Amino acid sequence: MTEEEVALAVKDIIQTVAPDEDVSSLDPEQRLREQIDLDSMDFLDIVMELRKLYGVQVPEEDYKELATLAGCVRYLHPKLAAKSLHCATSA
Amino acid sequence: MPELARVVITGVGLTAPNGNSLAEFRASLLAGRSGVQPYEIRHVGKTLAGVCHFDALRHQSKKELRRGTRAGSIAVYCASEAVADAGLDLARYDPQRVGVFPGITEHGNVETENEIAEVAKYQFDLSFWSHHHNPRTVANNPAGEVTLNLGLKGPAYCLGGACAAGNLGLIHGAQLLRLGEIDLALCGGVSESIRTFGIFASFAAEGALAKHAEPSKASRPFDRHRNGIVVAEGGCLYALERLEDAQRRGARIYAELLGHCVNSDGTDFVLPDAAGQNACIRGALASARLEPQCIDLVSTHATSTPSGDAIEARVVREVFGDGQRTHVNNTKSFIGHAMGAAGALELAGNLPSLADGVVHPTINLDELDPACEMRNLVANEPRNVGRVDTILNMSFGMLGINSAVVVGRPRA
Repeated sequence: MTEEEVALAVKDIIQTVAPDEDVSSLDPEQRLREQIDLDSMDFLDIVMELRKLYGVQVPEEDYKELATLAGCVRYLHPKLAAKSLHCATSA
Repeated sequence: MPELARVVITGVGLTAPNGNSLAEFRASLLAGRSGVQPYEIRHVGKTLAGVCHFDALRHQSKKELRRGTRAGSIAVYCASEAVADAGLDLARYDPQRVGVFPGITEHGNVETENEIAEVAKYQFDLSFWSHHHNPRTVANNPAGEVTLNLGLKGPAYCLGGACAAGNLGLIHGAQLLRLGEIDLALCGGVSESIRTFGIFASFAAEGALAKHAEPSKASRPFDRHRNGIVVAEGGCLYALERLEDAQRRGARIYAELLGHCVNSDGTDFVLPDAAGQNACIRGALASARLEPQCIDLVSTHATSTPSGDAIEARVVREVFGDGQRTHVNNTKSFIGHAMGAAGALELAGNLPSLADGVVHPTINLDELDPACEMRNLVANEPRNVGRVDTILNMSFGMLGINSAVVVGRPRA
């Protein structure tokens, strides 16, 4: 996956977890929770989807890296570089 | 003992396999329209069920649906519809004085089975077990989802009463209203049981799961060829208030709760007991201060099992055998057995009789089993009996729990 594809993968997961939200215009540098309605259970859902879809384990001490879309891409790209994109939604 | 406050039903919110409002449900009951359809579930395969088709997104966001349970969604739909039907403005109530009390047969089986199926895809690596499992499976889940959805802050929990549960919510709501602990109850019963394979498999294992080539004919209480239960999902929550509050706000009153009884057979895990049922019905009549011959309509519990229906019919003969004006019907013949919702739905479908004097029938009664004979059993076609003042609604469940409520036109 390229960095763009990682961003797409993350947005797709967010769309699954927060199906009422518009994720198409997320500001990559702004905190996700300030832009859309996401709580701690949703955050655990995002981590779970990364595990199920891509086999990526995100340890609790790294959760802070996933606060923004850009942070997600920086943190996840090395782990997802060799994986292919699966999109469940049209995000 | 001081005179207790009178309690009335002012709103009905329901989803049944053959209707998503009281008007639709009643129309189906008068038209003989079944809600039983072919159904398939993991491990069991093809079977039959009563399936609801309400629009869940009418009252919930997609995220609420994703996080919650089917029972929670049914409860939210029914609660919101009951509030609207009663013409209630919840903003006028202290949210701490609104109670939510759904009866349930069971809760958590569906979510546990789903989670096991999911984690099995990952060789039972429990890092794939969902953090949603506990909030979905706690016994107050359906009630709690209603409070989250409507912003309510009063007592909200489920009454676990097997298949007698549909009356328990109503009874509990009335009790808290009489104690003055709440000002409004949203109460009745809900069930998501068709989503657990275990309930089908267990009924099949005891030879109590209905089979029929024509789904709409499978649930046939009192018929000689009945062969078991059709499992159904559904829900019905009532808006319940003290009579004086309802009158003050000029509410339409469907019925007054005149009496009730809950008791136990104390005899067997699954087999019903005629003496326990008889005592329960007589207890409800005593609490309503009515003689059996004063009941116009008996809404039976009968589930279409060979032994259960015959026992119940015997009890109806014992208690109501002499009553000329007492008519008898059954709702499971249309929708199957909606478990924790059954009692609440069955009462709801009969409430319009208090206004129109028409008793809906039990359907699929092609050849009456002589063991199930009852005077004035209304079979296959509705009957206009002129006037219905009182209804007795019975629900019985495993471990020998029995419940009965008596409702009537508000007395002057």
